[in-house]
Amino acid sequence: MTSQMMRQIIMDHYSDPINKHQPPKEGYEKVHMHSDNCIDDLDIFMLVENGKIVDACFDGVACTISTSSTDIMCELLKDKDIKDSKYIIEQFQHMIHEEPFDEDVLDEAIVFINTSKQAARIRCATIGWNAANEVLKGK
Amino acid sequence: MYDVYEIRKQFPMLTNDIKMQNKPLVFLDNCSTTFKPQCVIDAEMEYYTKTTSNSHRGDYDLSVKMDEKIDEARNVVAHFVNCEPNEVVFTSGTTAGLNLVAFGYGLRFLKAGDEIIISEAEHASNVLPWFEVAKLTGAIVKFMPFDECGRLTTDNLKKVISKKTKIVSIANVGNVLGYITDVKSMGKVAHENGAIMVVDGAQSVPHLKTDFKDLDCDFLAFSAHKMCGPTGIGALIGKYGLLDKMSPYLVGGGNNSTFDNTGAVNYRLPPAKFEAGTQNIASIIGFMEAIKFIEKIGIEAIHAHDIELIRYAKEKLKDFDKLEVLNPLGENGILTFNIKGVFPQDEATLLNYKGIAIRSGEHCAKLLHAFLKTKATCRMSTYLYTTKEDIDVFVDALINGGDILDAYFNDQSNDETNHHGSLFRSNQ
Repeated sequence: MTSQMMRQIIMDHYSDPINKHQPPKEGYEKVHMHSDNCIDDLDIFMLVENGKIVDACFDGVACTISTSSTDIMCELLKDKDIKDSKYIIEQFQHMIHEEPFDEDVLDEAIVFINTSKQAARIRCATIGWNAANEVLKGK
Repeated sequence: MYDVYEIRKQFPMLTNDIKMQNKPLVFLDNCSTTFKPQCVIDAEMEYYTKTTSNSHRGDYDLSVKMDEKIDEARNVVAHFVNCEPNEVVFTSGTTAGLNLVAFGYGLRFLKAGDEIIISEAEHASNVLPWFEVAKLTGAIVKFMPFDECGRLTTDNLKKVISKKTKIVSIANVGNVLGYITDVKSMGKVAHENGAIMVVDGAQSVPHLKTDFKDLDCDFLAFSAHKMCGPTGIGALIGKYGLLDKMSPYLVGGGNNSTFDNTGAVNYRLPPAKFEAGTQNIASIIGFMEAIKFIEKIGIEAIHAHDIELIRYAKEKLKDFDKLEVLNPLGENGILTFNIKGVFPQDEATLLNYKGIAIRSGEHCAKLLHAFLKTKATCRMSTYLYTTKEDIDVFVDALINGGDILDAYFNDQSNDETNHHGSLFRSNQ
């Protein structure tokens, strides 16, 4: 993937996010995330049924990196079972922290591979993923 | 003649070739904190290497000398803001000073139904202590309104003040918009209504000539680290009569003269009454040196330098139509802005990539942004060592900074075909 494509993916998910909306019905688990160093202020909603993530969406105020990263995460986790989702989240965290990771499962989320260049924005890139982790914890 | 290049030579952070993102550091976040000149660093170092001892504790020469040094520092602070030395309480900074007024004076004297007036432009440190004290006493926190430009005027204070008002607490210079508030005339109105006037001087004392007696306010709090001094030290200036009747909210060693097993305590006279525990001695000495350093340059000259830099920046940016200046009337070394269509944090990240430090966010003034109708802002702030070249770099980055994602993809090529993994890691 070229860097131009990667930029385009980030900007597309920022300017026209697919999953940035309130949940369409009841039954979603909600985690509120607030970042201290950015003003990201997000609610992440996940509908988990029978060991599977049926739907994921988010809403709130967020910068380019957090909006785009959370939107891509929602796309990625939808229809995955809990075990696979946890694995994907783990690989994403490894990538962000410059540790070895399995890039095959990250799909578009690979565009955040450079986040560590801007240490102040690591929190932005991971805010939605941390929320998903909260929801899946103990499941 | 103000020679900024000569001044810069005295700051290791400016002479040590510090880089950020592999680019020369341009530090424009001076509202947040400031660099320290070598003389301040040396003064602290001397305490640790040559003169270490506690004050008020020993019968030996080192300790006596230390007492004299602390007295000297108190005199230097008093001279700098024109108050009496026994009106200078050393604190850990503005936050501690405002908390001391809230809990030492407010908690002692406020009753249910009394009113405290602050504004929505105040820093959290001048909001939350009052919220807490209001909860404990049943007092009510009221907000004075802005004028149409976001400034705080005495006329608007008059609209909300009443005989129920017991405390008015306002920043002399707001930390987001940088407007200078006429706290002197506000103090007069406060006094006419039987209230005391508290001034948050965190952003004003480092930049503006501040005369405690002339302002005739009752309390003034400020921090050393925003004026080339050490972190963790500051001063609360209070009229002696008020200091005398308020309670210490931190008690222990050094602030009492006698106590017995019935619970009877005699506290020492102010300011010692408020300085329980071993003080931050090294920083008190550093604080004194910072003030001497500033007095050598001249606070009026520093203020003029700030004004010149902000005018210069505004002039260079006047045709840049993506720029939205949120404090067009402010000249006190603060430019608050947003770039149309760009999230403030994203702009700050792009500037970081160019080696430029500014602040983005709510600047601890979470209530103000509702008035500004924006969730957050970018804030550029200058100080005595800022140069026009710093402003040039900043202006160039704003206008020609490129895509906000450049910060993450610092290869500028549009047609990379390499595998992403090796491509991006090789840039580090």
